[in-house]
Amino acid sequence: MSDKQNDQYQAGSQTGASCQPSQSPQVNLEKRNFLIATSAVGAIGCAVVAVPFVKSMTPSERAKAAGAPVEIDISKLPAGEMMTAEWRGQPVWIIHRTDEQVAKLANHGTQLSDPNLEVPQQPDYCKNKERAIKPKYAVMLGVCTHLGCSPGQNFVATADWDGGFICACHGSKFDLSGRVFKGSPAPTNLVIPPHKYLTETTLLIGEDGEVA
Amino acid sequence: MNYFTKLIGWVDERFPLTSNVKAHLTEYYAPKNFNFWYFFGSLALLVLVLQIITGIFLTMHYKPSAELAFASVEYIMRDVPWGWLIRYMHSTGASLFFVVVYLHMFRGLLYGSYRNPRELIWLFGVGIFLALMGEAFFGYLLPWGQMSYWGAQVITNLFATVPFIGPDIAEWLRGDYLISDATLNRFFAFHVIALPLVILGLVAAHIIALHEVGSNNPDGVEIKKLKDKKTGIPLDGIPFHPYYSVKDLVGVVVFLMVFAAIIFFAPDMGGYFLEANNFVPANPLVTPAHIAPTWYFTPYYSILRAVPPIGISQFPGVAAMGLSVMAFALLPWLDRSPVKSIRYKGNLYKAWLAAFVISFFILGYLGTIPADTYGQFGAWLGKADIATVIARICSVVYFAFFVLMPWYTKKDKTKPVPERVTG
Repeated sequence: MSDKQNDQYQAGSQTGASCQPSQSPQVNLEKRNFLIATSAVGAIGCAVVAVPFVKSMTPSERAKAAGAPVEIDISKLPAGEMMTAEWRGQPVWIIHRTDEQVAKLANHGTQLSDPNLEVPQQPDYCKNKERAIKPKYAVMLGVCTHLGCSPGQNFVATADWDGGFICACHGSKFDLSGRVFKGSPAPTNLVIPPHKYLTETTLLIGEDGEVA
Repeated sequence: MNYFTKLIGWVDERFPLTSNVKAHLTEYYAPKNFNFWYFFGSLALLVLVLQIITGIFLTMHYKPSAELAFASVEYIMRDVPWGWLIRYMHSTGASLFFVVVYLHMFRGLLYGSYRNPRELIWLFGVGIFLALMGEAFFGYLLPWGQMSYWGAQVITNLFATVPFIGPDIAEWLRGDYLISDATLNRFFAFHVIALPLVILGLVAAHIIALHEVGSNNPDGVEIKKLKDKKTGIPLDGIPFHPYYSVKDLVGVVVFLMVFAAIIFFAPDMGGYFLEANNFVPANPLVTPAHIAPTWYFTPYYSILRAVPPIGISQFPGVAAMGLSVMAFALLPWLDRSPVKSIRYKGNLYKAWLAAFVISFFILGYLGTIPADTYGQFGAWLGKADIATVIARICSVVYFAFFVLMPWYTKKDKTKPVPERVTG
């Protein structure tokens, strides 16, 4: 520190403008309040400027547009099979269940984590026995409610398995209505996205217009 | 006066060169009894430099876009001259970074290097560890392979489990409704600039704090207590340069031999350093049969899987995983032993440390395998997966090591600590 700077430093200290008020004879309250006020305003300014930066990380208009509803033609889907559509980049399963498969769903009650569909994983118009608008067609997101893997299709019925889905990641099991079996790491049934029938065989996924 | 001395003098009048070289190298007195465990700090610094240099060269060819990323990595591997070497140096360096950092942290546990007055060094170190985990996670998405994609999917969904605000946080992190181009692009930004800056800043703080209070040593005695009356130099201290700079060079040579052997003979390390599924391009519609993080995250991943959900909330597992990492930060205040070093601690502490290390390894192994690998218990245990039950036991031991530490370090029968280091 040069002599000149040193002098200024000491002079400042005597008039109370130094950063060590304890050494000064009196505190200039006016200056201190001014500094506190300007610092506070500055901090608010910084917080306001942070908003555009934080907002810039939310989904862009393009991403939102890509999340628009999709139309699916299900007329060629044979009974006992499923197809996968893509909505918002997620797999949406449409399963054409046979009458036998629909009938067997009723037997799962006690083995399920949430047989009464109490957790709102489906729109109200799917909160019914078959979890569907039309009992034959099940629509659900093929995304495991545990940690977001896509469960594998396992439709071959055996003595103790009526067909359904098994998640390869952590072993969660779901029936053909996407209802989770007890003992699975997945806590809830698979999500049913909002959807509606535009015609008898055309589905719109992503929008229900609040009607069933 | 020759020209070099003049030049140094010219610089010294304008920049504290000589004084800094003295303070941090030639007149920084470190205890004379450093052993094997003291190689890993300097090695971590070496790997950091290697990662930054190889990373810079990789960004010259890599394309951070969902369309082009996977192909650009293959391009680096096949078409860029020596690109394969630079990429393998970077991927192997990532794993070895965790190897040396884990050994460096274990040294701290052995000799009580986190104790007063070194709490801040330890906290900066925990900060480096967290930033390093973030750096590794963000970097793992960049090749845009199946494991990159689904690993990121699982981890961002962890944030979605936070009550109330979780889904919004996850969407904000991804910048989309799913892991997409937007996510890849921002992870690239975090990986190549944001976190490296944080890590460099924290490393500087770590070393400045260390040189302020002085290094600990295997005996855990403060060498600054006994100084030569004339010179003021600690009696048990030797200058870092040349003594430890030369010693560390030996460590560097051995490390580089291991490093080169892995790069040339086993760059994917049997699927532990580079996972097989990551050689398949990312596909949002198909999940790989088995998702496992890279080996350095598996102990925490095991804890995540071991904690059962409360109701429909996965948050307890996520919180436990977060706590399992953050618990290290509390060590300076949990350890109530009158001695620092394990050399003078009793059998109680040694037993707990051994149990902790064994649990850590078992959890690490279990995190790499599917939960049903070892089958299920009978109906008497609710048909629970055997691997899950073992992970639960190990998780309890893991947390007990921290939670019970104030109790067992106080109760432990310690030995008397010598006045000076024992060599």
